[in-house]
Amino acid sequence: MTLLALRGISREVGLPDGGVLPILTGVDLDVAAGEHVAIVGRSGSGKSTLLNLLGLLDTPTDGEYLLDGEPTGALRARRRARLRGEVFGFVFQQFNLLPRRTAEENVAAPLLYARGRDYLRRRRTAREMLDRVGLGTRGDTVPEKLSGGEQQRVAIARALVRSPRVVLADEPTGALDVETGAQVMALLASAAAEGGAALVTITHDLNVARLADRRYRLDAGRLAPLADPAPTPVVPAPAPVPLAEVHP
Amino acid sequence: MTPVLATLAEAWSEVRVHKARVVLSLVGVFLAVFAMTTVTALGLIVAQVQQEQSERMSGRSATIGVTAYDPQTGMPPDAAEWDAAVAGLTERYGITTTASIGYEETRFRMPGGTQLVQTKRVSPSYGQLHRIEPIEGRWLRAGDRDSLAPAVVVNEAFLGALGVPDLAGRPTVVIGGQTPVRAAIVGVVREGYGDELLAYRVDRSAGPWDEPTTATPAASVYGPSTLELWVGADQADEVMAVVSHDLGLALGGAQVDAYRQDSPDLEETLGMLRLAIRGVGVVVLALGGLGVLNIGLVTVRQRIREIGVRRSFGATSSRVFAAIMLESVCATFLAGLAAVALSVVLVRNLPLESLLNSGVPLADVPAFPLAAAVEGLVAATAVGALAGLLPAVIAVRAKVIDAIRF
Repeated sequence: MTLLALRGISREVGLPDGGVLPILTGVDLDVAAGEHVAIVGRSGSGKSTLLNLLGLLDTPTDGEYLLDGEPTGALRARRRARLRGEVFGFVFQQFNLLPRRTAEENVAAPLLYARGRDYLRRRRTAREMLDRVGLGTRGDTVPEKLSGGEQQRVAIARALVRSPRVVLADEPTGALDVETGAQVMALLASAAAEGGAALVTITHDLNVARLADRRYRLDAGRLAPLADPAPTPVVPAPAPVPLAEVHP
Repeated sequence: MTPVLATLAEAWSEVRVHKARVVLSLVGVFLAVFAMTTVTALGLIVAQVQQEQSERMSGRSATIGVTAYDPQTGMPPDAAEWDAAVAGLTERYGITTTASIGYEETRFRMPGGTQLVQTKRVSPSYGQLHRIEPIEGRWLRAGDRDSLAPAVVVNEAFLGALGVPDLAGRPTVVIGGQTPVRAAIVGVVREGYGDELLAYRVDRSAGPWDEPTTATPAASVYGPSTLELWVGADQADEVMAVVSHDLGLALGGAQVDAYRQDSPDLEETLGMLRLAIRGVGVVVLALGGLGVLNIGLVTVRQRIREIGVRRSFGATSSRVFAAIMLESVCATFLAGLAAVALSVVLVRNLPLESLLNSGVPLADVPAFPLAAAVEGLVAATAVGALAGLLPAVIAVRAKVIDAIRF
């Protein structure tokens, strides 16, 4: 079943001279529940803009974005914010962990915007989540004292703590070395899969894209299917980390 | 319920995490609220001191002084005639508090020899009318009129001249004259300049040593004694007119002067003083608020990425706004609370009577003004809200995608 559907999406930005700069043009994309989709593109090709549109962080200039078959164009800001928190989990290239908060506080942060039991149990849930990503003993450590790989694992735990239906990862390995990047990517893929979440990865790394079920190339704002990339020697990915369902 | 709790938790978490910045920004508010609350409280106490000092000199609001004399001879009216006229007047107009003051020089036998001491012969109600607060012992009372030993209230210089440290030994002093008598010193007041000796005696007494009619405007070395009437400030003008008229008629053409003794402008002066103090407090607080606003504006720009990340978690605009505002309000409220607490401790423990009132105990010691404490807290909270408003608006208006990319 299609979870996210983009139909003829365009995004333009105004220029100081009054002109218009097209970022995305006529993008069509379907993402099904539990599916792993990779979008490859060079810097400036519009990858992050596409991800922001998918995550309801931005709105298209033209076209239609359907979430669960419902158009999102007319949603009020409050509803968009709520959907963003409930449906999506974000993993950023620069981790974007909250400084001076412990790993546990970082993972619990999205649950501040949850309600009822999820809010009240946020600390416990965060600890369980950190356990799942192998950082159970680093819960009291602030991001400044974690390695890049550990920080991205905290970010993955944070993205998954509200059991999202879609994980949007923007260059998740971009700030990591090859080996750590491979480990983190494997962890992200298995964690999303075990949670039943769709995973949309934006990357310029074909090795990362290769892990996806479907791959696209974004070039000058236009999205097109990507032919199977030639095998590239990569550091073998570690075995997937078992990730039990946090919210049974 | 949980969104409210969560917003508070988020604001508190921000305060906790950024405590160095928060403390730094709050120094200004703390000092401002402390200054404002303390100055307001001290201002009220100073006003009270001013009022009591003025009332000690001239009587409470409104005290009408009355003197009467024959315009031809300058002699005071007959005592019985005067008493009857005053009794009729007070009864007719329902004036319940009156006092008489006469001035004389009394011969007291001191260790160094007999000394003439300026003495006020007053009715006991003079103490109430002039807020007399003995620093030791008691004030004169009606029973002293029937006492076999005259009661005397003296100043500290008198006690020192007598060579007596305090009233613990129940000191006495002999009043000389044709019928010498040993008087009991029943109270000590802080009055007079330097070594000037002063004494108070009750206006009339039944003893053979005393003239029975000193309550009347009898002539003395300082002129006729004065009658004081305590009336409502709004009635003062009317009372002055009727007193002059009625007493003049009752005393058969005597010249009766009635005049306002207390300062009618005192309330206005004190009002101006309070207003000035409040103005200073508001300016100081505004400066403190500007400090918080300044630091708030700088830090909200540094936290744009964090705000963007929170938006990606699902934080609504109102939630971001409330969190930034509450963070500011929580912090300034706590600063205000600490400032008010310190102000209370300081004002309650300062030797204010020594500093402001020459050590004379205040008749009505004002408690730490609750209004000042409440105002301090409200002002701190309001400053927090105002100073948090602009950063909160900036945080809400920041574009999420720019914030994350920032």
